[in-house]
Amino acid sequence: MTALLVALGAAVGAPLRYLAGHHLDRAVPWGTFAVNVAGSFLLGAFTASALSGAALALLGTGFCGALTTYSAFAVRAVELGGLRSLGYAGGTIVLALAACAAGFVLVAGQP
Amino acid sequence: MTRPTPTPGLVAAVALGGALGALGRWAVGELTPPSPGFPWATLAVNVAGTLLLALLPAVPLVRRRPALPLFLGTGVLGGFTTLSAYAEESRSMLADGSTGPALAYLVGTLLACVAAVHLGHHFTDRAERAAFAEAEGDE
Repeated sequence: MTALLVALGAAVGAPLRYLAGHHLDRAVPWGTFAVNVAGSFLLGAFTASALSGAALALLGTGFCGALTTYSAFAVRAVELGGLRSLGYAGGTIVLALAACAAGFVLVAGQP
Repeated sequence: MTRPTPTPGLVAAVALGGALGALGRWAVGELTPPSPGFPWATLAVNVAGTLLLALLPAVPLVRRRPALPLFLGTGVLGGFTTLSAYAEESRSMLADGSTGPALAYLVGTLLACVAAVHLGHHFTDRAERAAFAEAEGDE
């Protein structure tokens, strides 16, 4: 049952990431950046929401897990080259972490 | 060669691949012993998935059909790896006061994945990587 929920959530999250990348990625992969930050915000909020195990499997592990990606993030960051690699990687990580904390605090009311 | 229009078939290929990749990530989490204090399972998944994505352009079979880079790269490996869990695990460690392990996790994952991409580049050439990117295998 949990496996099915993970798969269902991911079957929505992954194509959303693909479409965001298709429409927003240019020389700098802004689409990948956007889904990574948005997905981290949502997972922070879901984690603070005291969701049931089933809901967390669907929305957290499945949807947010597949909406975001580390593999494309790392590949694209390296291929930017030089300082742009550093800026893209650092910017994504710092903003994803800040978004995740903001999502958590917004729901939990405290860190 | 231009980027393929996201037809319903290609979107479905990403959805199916993403579901399979996420199942793999979930299974790794279920099958590995719990590691309180440090999220080894997510680290392993992200490094392994990044290495495989960096190697995928070298596989000629992947170029056979437009759906294959999207299914295997953007779908399976994109769904297998995750940045949201990485962010949430780091947030949780920082909130618990585990600043050292959190920073080690944040920086360690990034460095290991960058090393994995460079390793992958030894087995692919620029033209293969460009064709793979054009097919949107790394969205």
